[in-house]
Amino acid sequence: MSGSHGDGHGDGLHVPGHTVVHHVPAHAALLGVVAFVLVVVATPATEPLAYAGYALLLGAAVVLAGLAPALVLKRMVVEVPFVVFALLVPFVAAGPRVEVLGVAVSQPGLVDAGALLAKATLGVVAAIVLSATQHPRALLLGLSRLRVPDLVVTIAGFMFRYTQVVLDEMRRMRVAREARGFEATSVRQAKVLAQSAGALFIRSYERGERVHLAMLSRGWDGAMPALTDLRRETVRRGAWLPAAVLPLAALAVLTVQLTTSRGLAP
Amino acid sequence: MTTAPPLALSVRDLAFAYPDGRQVLYGVDLDVARGERVAMLGPNGAGKTTLVLHLNGILSPGRGEVRVDGLVVGPDTRREVRRRVGIVFQDPDDQLFMPTVAEDVAFGPANLGVTGADLRRCVDRALEQVAMSGFGDRSPHHLSFGQRRRVAVATVLAMQPQILVLDEPSSNLDPASRRELADIVRSLPVSVLMVTHDLPYAAELCSRSVLLDAGQVVAARPTAELLADTELLGAHRLELPYGFEPTRLSGCYGEPVAGAARDQ
Repeated sequence: MSGSHGDGHGDGLHVPGHTVVHHVPAHAALLGVVAFVLVVVATPATEPLAYAGYALLLGAAVVLAGLAPALVLKRMVVEVPFVVFALLVPFVAAGPRVEVLGVAVSQPGLVDAGALLAKATLGVVAAIVLSATQHPRALLLGLSRLRVPDLVVTIAGFMFRYTQVVLDEMRRMRVAREARGFEATSVRQAKVLAQSAGALFIRSYERGERVHLAMLSRGWDGAMPALTDLRRETVRRGAWLPAAVLPLAALAVLTVQLTTSRGLAP
Repeated sequence: MTTAPPLALSVRDLAFAYPDGRQVLYGVDLDVARGERVAMLGPNGAGKTTLVLHLNGILSPGRGEVRVDGLVVGPDTRREVRRRVGIVFQDPDDQLFMPTVAEDVAFGPANLGVTGADLRRCVDRALEQVAMSGFGDRSPHHLSFGQRRRVAVATVLAMQPQILVLDEPSSNLDPASRRELADIVRSLPVSVLMVTHDLPYAAELCSRSVLLDAGQVVAARPTAELLADTELLGAHRLELPYGFEPTRLSGCYGEPVAGAARDQ
């Protein structure tokens, strides 16, 4: 089954499964993740043990959801630009210097960078668990259940639908380039890639116009019709409870950590 | 000219130029009787798509008029006209923009104010008509091209149109999907205007054909007769596929069992 964990098999980032985590209703899962992230960002940089606690909690969630660690690691690549930024902080921040591997860096900068990295990583992993266990469709429904404005949900829905179409188009363009002997090996070939991106943009723009025509043809007048009647989901009472566990446990970790560190401080 | 039942579609002296001055249609006349299936043939750039966009009021004619079942297409009648005229565009990915098939099929009727159990019934029925029942919860992305085209047909059938306009319905379909779509089109109780340059498909489905070129109707005849006029076709960049013999079709065009091809 490990093969089915690769990207592109499910819908979007979704990894089908039947675990406790998968069965949490989408709106509860969304709220749970947001609450967890709020607790994480509210944690002072001076409490590294609290971050370790959160990491353990998230690790448990990953295991419970039956997600392969390799998959989670692979998807964490999106964090890389952020990591680069965080690594710069100790060099540019002010304050007393310490020597790390023979290089003088700012000590508060080091602490801040560590906290920044920890917060970002925890947030990214939480989002990975959310996107892997909830179908994109369910997430859209969850958003509208949470009273997110219809327009926003609709735009997100279009994104979900057409990202796939545009990605297909991109794949075909890549195949067409490579079929004619193109290989992106040096920076000088960036021009070709940029032109491809431009062509893709124009194609997508034209597609947008055609979609608009198709919408008009079916009586669209500027407002998305309410299709709630088609959604026959029923949410079990208390089904949201597992979603509350993560943020509540994180809150508990924070409270314990803050009280003990304050107790030790004087 | 004023025969008792109004025509499903009547286009009179339709002329149109785009805002940049490029004139595309020069006085087009076209009739589709109720229950009739008509093919609109023409080479690329003949003005077929421009004409189609007039049929439900997306473009407004510079001169002339379009009537749908007697109703003149204009700003005041647009809503009703868009219910009556169902356009299936060429690329199903343009037509299927909602996250699931069922929601996409529901989009049209919901715009017309259908809700609740009626909406669900509408969706189920339309999907059944194109043999796609049970695909409602799928994402269009996971369907084959032929299935997507059928769902695209369902999205307009759900609005219970009186006339179905199909823009290049057979393009990119494999032979089986092509035949399945033909069977579906034949089974529908609506008038059909089929825009195509797939001449055998026109012969299979439509009793009458209209040849459009350079923004004008060049010929309007029974399909087999028109296809037999190779000189006329050639003059307008249309060609029959190799080995296709239109004379063998005469008399059976458009009938539910179309021709010798399958009744060997």
